[in-house]
Amino acid sequence: MLWSALDILTQANFWAATIRIATPLIFGVLGALLCERAGVLNLGIEGIFVAGAMSGWLAVYLGLPLWGGVLVAAGTGALFGLLHGILTVPLGLSQHVTGIGVTLLATSVAYFGYRVAFPNVATPPRIEAFPPLDLPVLGDLPFIGPILAQQTAFTVLAFACVGILALILARTPLGLALRAVGDNPEAVEAQGLSVVGLRIGAVMAGSALMALGGAFLTLSAFNAFYFGMINGRGWVCIALTVFASWRPGKALLGALLFGALDAYQLRLQTITGGAVPSQIFLMLPYVFSIAALVLVARRADYPRALMKPYFKGQR
Amino acid sequence: MHPDPRPLVLSLSGITKRFGPLTANDHIDLDVRAGEIVALLGENGAGKTTLMSILFGHYVADEGVVHIAGPDGQLSALPGGSAEAALAAGIGMVHQHFALAENLTGFENIVLGTQSLWTLGLRRGAARAKLERLITESGLATDLDVPVARLSVGEQQRIEILKALYRDVRVLILDEPTAVLTPQEADGLAATVRTLAAKGLAVIFISHKLHEVLALCERVVVLRGGAKVADQPTLGASRASLAELMVGRPIPARERPPANPGAPVLVLRGVSVGAPDQRDRLQGADLEVRAGEIVGIAGVSGNGQGALAQLVAGLASPRAGEALIAGLRASRADPAGRIAAGIGRIPEDRHRDGTIGALTVAENYVLETIAAPENQRAGLIRRDDIRRRAARAIADYDVRCPGPDAAVRALSGGNMQKVVLARVLERAPRLVLAHQPTRGLDIGATTDVHRRLIAARDRGAAVLLISEDLDELFALSDRIAVVHAGHLSAAMDTAGLDIRTVGLMMAGHAAEEAA
Repeated sequence: MLWSALDILTQANFWAATIRIATPLIFGVLGALLCERAGVLNLGIEGIFVAGAMSGWLAVYLGLPLWGGVLVAAGTGALFGLLHGILTVPLGLSQHVTGIGVTLLATSVAYFGYRVAFPNVATPPRIEAFPPLDLPVLGDLPFIGPILAQQTAFTVLAFACVGILALILARTPLGLALRAVGDNPEAVEAQGLSVVGLRIGAVMAGSALMALGGAFLTLSAFNAFYFGMINGRGWVCIALTVFASWRPGKALLGALLFGALDAYQLRLQTITGGAVPSQIFLMLPYVFSIAALVLVARRADYPRALMKPYFKGQR
Repeated sequence: MHPDPRPLVLSLSGITKRFGPLTANDHIDLDVRAGEIVALLGENGAGKTTLMSILFGHYVADEGVVHIAGPDGQLSALPGGSAEAALAAGIGMVHQHFALAENLTGFENIVLGTQSLWTLGLRRGAARAKLERLITESGLATDLDVPVARLSVGEQQRIEILKALYRDVRVLILDEPTAVLTPQEADGLAATVRTLAAKGLAVIFISHKLHEVLALCERVVVLRGGAKVADQPTLGASRASLAELMVGRPIPARERPPANPGAPVLVLRGVSVGAPDQRDRLQGADLEVRAGEIVGIAGVSGNGQGALAQLVAGLASPRAGEALIAGLRASRADPAGRIAAGIGRIPEDRHRDGTIGALTVAENYVLETIAAPENQRAGLIRRDDIRRRAARAIADYDVRCPGPDAAVRALSGGNMQKVVLARVLERAPRLVLAHQPTRGLDIGATTDVHRRLIAARDRGAAVLLISEDLDELFALSDRIAVVHAGHLSAAMDTAGLDIRTVGLMMAGHAAEEAA
């Protein structure tokens, strides 16, 4: 049995699943770290996932092309980000309370919208989801080919976002300003930049990324919207953000690690064939999250101004 | 008198700012010329900060206008309430608390906001070249490529000044720039300021260290109660005359009768506190403080005085060595035991460690002795007794507050410190730990704290005074020891000790080479 447990790692199927499970988390962690780098904790993430999943899917169902659905999801996320940003940045409300409020609101709005649109359906209506990639040369490679052949263009977007965000943060004037506003907003103010503008902008962009995480589930991983389908993925992203030390590269690593554990435990369940309760396996990725936090979070270098509201002229 | 030939760069006229019933700035006029170094003096609450905040766009003035010279020398009105406009007009400010993002490098902090946020890459080449030139001109050499968090306070200040120069400022405001520097660093800063002024930069120098003002500035403007009370050349002014202008009444000269030391109250032998790789730690410290003397500890903050204070206050235990504190062998952390043994603690941060803002003056007054029988009976607090004694302390210590039931949070820093002093000194402690007892206080409150510490000494208390302010240490201490990187020097008699020597030792030179 040990042999078959190890054998899982050699299956292309396992690696393809790892990437598929990790993709929404990549979007989510990038979004969360962007908000937090600017100094705003966004616990609206779980609800924004739901709203992104629902609005992106609905847009496509109503006839928009798939990429149109992606844009609608991002726009929905940005709107909830604007709400969270206005409440927490210029008004300086508690970021915890506001974030949980946004999660409840976004989730309810999404479910309500779904119920209004489809009052009497037994099985969720389906759409034509993103097709698997059809790559000319890479697709023919041994081992790698089959893994890539199971991914979609949406996943490519997630990986591209990692690079783009890393580049923006490290190498552009905007990135400097974002990192500075999460460390010492006074430094930003004193250089003539707008703290409020930067923070709201970051929260909106971050929330748009979170919503893409949700949309991936309905537009690529599955082809329908279900109640409860987000199932805590947003909260996992909040933990992974700390694990990633607010760096996009490490965020990718953390999401993949979580994805691998989740894919692995699913396959482990079939091997043990019911000898061990499946709940034990389901628990594994979360146990990993907590263990990683215990190890990493104590030394974590939080953005210094995280969760500290800034009011102009007050020092 | 000849009119000054140098062109005006800044002209404030009739600046008035009110906060409710309080007039923080009352029709203030101020002219500054190119190349001039002007001192702005005033007690806390005199209106300096408000005036500079208006200049820098943090506040909008209720009345009055600010005129600033453009690159062509033509004066034009500065729109209020915009830091961006102030920056663009050539006003730069170095705050007492630095406005630096510590996760960025010095270079990144300097270019922050100087390039459009929507450009794709950071243009480093031109920025580098300009900075190199500025550094050569001003002598502000510092490492620009490590995160600011890893720089010393003096280096961070250099980054702050470079940040302003990089923006081609014509007026540079320095808010209490030497408060955090060693004397040598302060000398370096003064030289830099002179160099910059010689090149035509107008400098407004805010300080309460009068000897620095007299040495560096050519003109001094004094604010009191929101109004300008003096605008005169520094030539002919003296420390006493300036202090009197600031406070509005003559300041009695400080008197310190010779000490009459008795038996040791605090004895440290080879004491280490904190892990060796910790920044604020103590390693193998020897120290003796006797009854009836004040021993000062000089050093740049974070070099081990925090660990020493924690040890004495019972918040930390020694890792090695032997500590005898008020007759007790201090082997473990035991703050309550220290208080019972007669140790009075004036903590460094009165907001965080000295008082509880939400509690009343009376409750704060008995905070450390709440278990004593005079404060409680059968587990219930004796409110009336406490309130009566607090009212007496308020009168004795001249605490300006509505009464014993006022929340401490609403008190000014000086009055808060008076509550702490009353709490500590009314117990007639055997050992007083005074950690930065006058930080942030104005001359009036500072004088009061100094007088009471000397009185406590003369009553027979041993006083351990930890301060970054060398003037204060020399004024109060009978002996001074210097702490640097965890090592505590031997205590030296203040009489005959040179302030420069102490400054060099604070920077890490050994006593022999410093002397």
